[in-house]
Amino acid sequence: MGITEGNVLFTTVDNIVSWGRRSALWPMTFGLACCAIEMIAAGCSRYDTDRFGIIFRPSPRQSDVMIIAGTMTKKMAPAIKRLYAQMPEPKWVIAMGGCASAGGPFNTYSVVQGADLVVPVDVYIPGCPPRPEALMYGFLQLQEKIRREMPSVFAKIKA
Amino acid sequence: MEEKDLEKELPSLQYSLLVKKIRDKFGESIRETKVFRGEITHVVGKDALIDICRFLKDEADLQFAFLSDVLGVDCRESISCFEVVYHLYSIPHKFRIRLKVRVKENESVPSVTSMWRSADFAERETFDMFGIVFEGHPNLKRIYMPLEWEGYPLRKDYPLVGYKDEYNPFGVEKKL
Amino acid sequence: MDNNGNQEITTKEVTLNMGPQHPSTHGVMHLVLHMQGEKIIRVVPDIGFLHRGMEKIAENLLYPQFVPYTDRLDYLSSMTNNLSYVMAVEKLLGIDIPERGKYVRVIVSELSRISSHLLAVGAWGLDLGAVTLVLYAFREREMIMDLFEMLCGARLTYNYMRIGGVRGDLPPNFKEKCKDFIDIFPKRVDEYEQLLTGNRIWLQRNKNVGVISADDAINLGLTGPSLRGSGVTWDIRKDTPYLVYDRFDFKVPTGENGDCFDRYMCRVEEMRQAARIVAQALEQIPDGPVNADLPEFVPPSRKDITTNMEALIHHFKLISDGFKPPKGEVYSSIEAPKGELGFYIVSDGSERPFRVKIRAPSFVNLQSVDPMARGAYFADVVAVISSLDPVFGEVDK
Repeated sequence: MGITEGNVLFTTVDNIVSWGRRSALWPMTFGLACCAIEMIAAGCSRYDTDRFGIIFRPSPRQSDVMIIAGTMTKKMAPAIKRLYAQMPEPKWVIAMGGCASAGGPFNTYSVVQGADLVVPVDVYIPGCPPRPEALMYGFLQLQEKIRREMPSVFAKIKA
Repeated sequence: MEEKDLEKELPSLQYSLLVKKIRDKFGESIRETKVFRGEITHVVGKDALIDICRFLKDEADLQFAFLSDVLGVDCRESISCFEVVYHLYSIPHKFRIRLKVRVKENESVPSVTSMWRSADFAERETFDMFGIVFEGHPNLKRIYMPLEWEGYPLRKDYPLVGYKDEYNPFGVEKKL
Repeated sequence: MDNNGNQEITTKEVTLNMGPQHPSTHGVMHLVLHMQGEKIIRVVPDIGFLHRGMEKIAENLLYPQFVPYTDRLDYLSSMTNNLSYVMAVEKLLGIDIPERGKYVRVIVSELSRISSHLLAVGAWGLDLGAVTLVLYAFREREMIMDLFEMLCGARLTYNYMRIGGVRGDLPPNFKEKCKDFIDIFPKRVDEYEQLLTGNRIWLQRNKNVGVISADDAINLGLTGPSLRGSGVTWDIRKDTPYLVYDRFDFKVPTGENGDCFDRYMCRVEEMRQAARIVAQALEQIPDGPVNADLPEFVPPSRKDITTNMEALIHHFKLISDGFKPPKGEVYSSIEAPKGELGFYIVSDGSERPFRVKIRAPSFVNLQSVDPMARGAYFADVVAVISSLDPVFGEVDK
């Protein structure tokens, strides 16, 4: 085991906490439209997101990340707001695809023009739909973002 | 279209069964018959719709047991009324036929759900999108839009981008 | 309480909301279940959570501009959506496409059917607890995706069909790669069948569940494998052949009981038949152009645009102004993986359609959830939904 065996390592609480958070990102199984199929493809045999610790959970109460995969309509928006509220802190949101990022090709009477009008978004992934590689890159970007977060500072500000 | 034009456009079996037979039986109720690209369209009077549908469904050499679709068209600009279109298919005979009913705004159409249960969703959709009321429909309420939605999106005077609200900052300002 | 002092046990009707976020509703469907204990009394589907206003968009675009939007209807088999729309426009214009183009269209739409059924069966397994299957199904789906990626560069939304032909000819090596896939695919289907068809749990959860008779199925407007599961032999490819389907030897599988298991068997057998059609089409495909030689409707090839002034002008005209079809109305339908997919186009003689109506099979099929699930148990609702294979891009439009 090299350096860890019988040794003491010094780190900050912030580092260890954010390491723990980013190494097991559990997204919610929640597909809206076409992008959901690419999301499933990312979780299946060829791309296999499990190797990054990304394991899909069927309930919002067990998940850390919400992937908004597809077009969000005005009828769906209240449901998404509620699902976001049901997720435990800390939580992140990935807007997957053009529709979730900015309405995409559907500038119509029934479509929400961007998921950020409803929930705060951390990572935007362009594409219609984005390839599974793009989704994985989005996850890596989110991990990078979490790495730089300072949980203790946040806690202080909140208090 | 003229009778002899119709006869020229169609195969003889289709002409005798789907045009002549129906026109002979219902006479004045068939307002107009058109053939375009081999597709037969009968424009029928609103009052005779149910009778014609029942005839098409039950007659042994027609058997239109399959209702493919019900839809609305907003023709208020040209003929100042809505059109409700029915697509029927006869599985044993492989015929297709189209029926059309013209209704003014605020008029209702008799529902065909008693004959074809498949009309249920389709009529609700037409109501949702155009505001055409189907009389006798068991559960006529909005199907796509939220129940409290105002306006009928597929009408020609409804803007494509909708009206401005919290979810669509690019929408059209609503006129008061 | 009766005279002997025994209390009668009664249950009261419970209303349960399933969805819109539920892992096995295949998207964003909301079902309101009225139940007595575990028994279903009534199911009320509530849809529209993905209503994007496709038909309204179509009225505001030129005819060729709507093709990419059709991709996003039934996003599991975009090719067949493209096909149905371009065939409707071609019918409106009264044009025909060359032989090779027709064969290319058949090949891609049958591959599309396979990939759609793979996901249908895979997700069905996932919903009923046979999680392994979806991983196997995606292995083959990825192979089809690779083929489509060779063809047009996209994995899901292809925009491959054009009015008057297809985007481009088959790339080199496509034929060989496709043949390789078709050769191994039937063996892979056998693998799925080994996993599921004889499986006791699978049989218990699907046999005699969601039974619907042939007459009821027709009355409810069911089409595609869901209708054929009830024993009605209606396949548009056989009954009113479009493209070149009359030249292939294939069977239309039908069921007997009209239960979920029959619908499953129909899908599995249809995958095999689709593979057979692709194999025959690859053998018969003639040489020649894939696009009709009609500059006013079909954009010129990329090579012509860069070398030929006239082609450039045609291209510019077509892209910016579109074309004006004659006044009239047409309805054209094809056998999509889910059933009869039809486009009804009303033209008022201008360059934009006056009205486009999409007859989406999943939308109509979804009405059968209620009659199928009545009297069954709660867990059977999941099997019933999976057996109808709804796709919400198409249901909600």
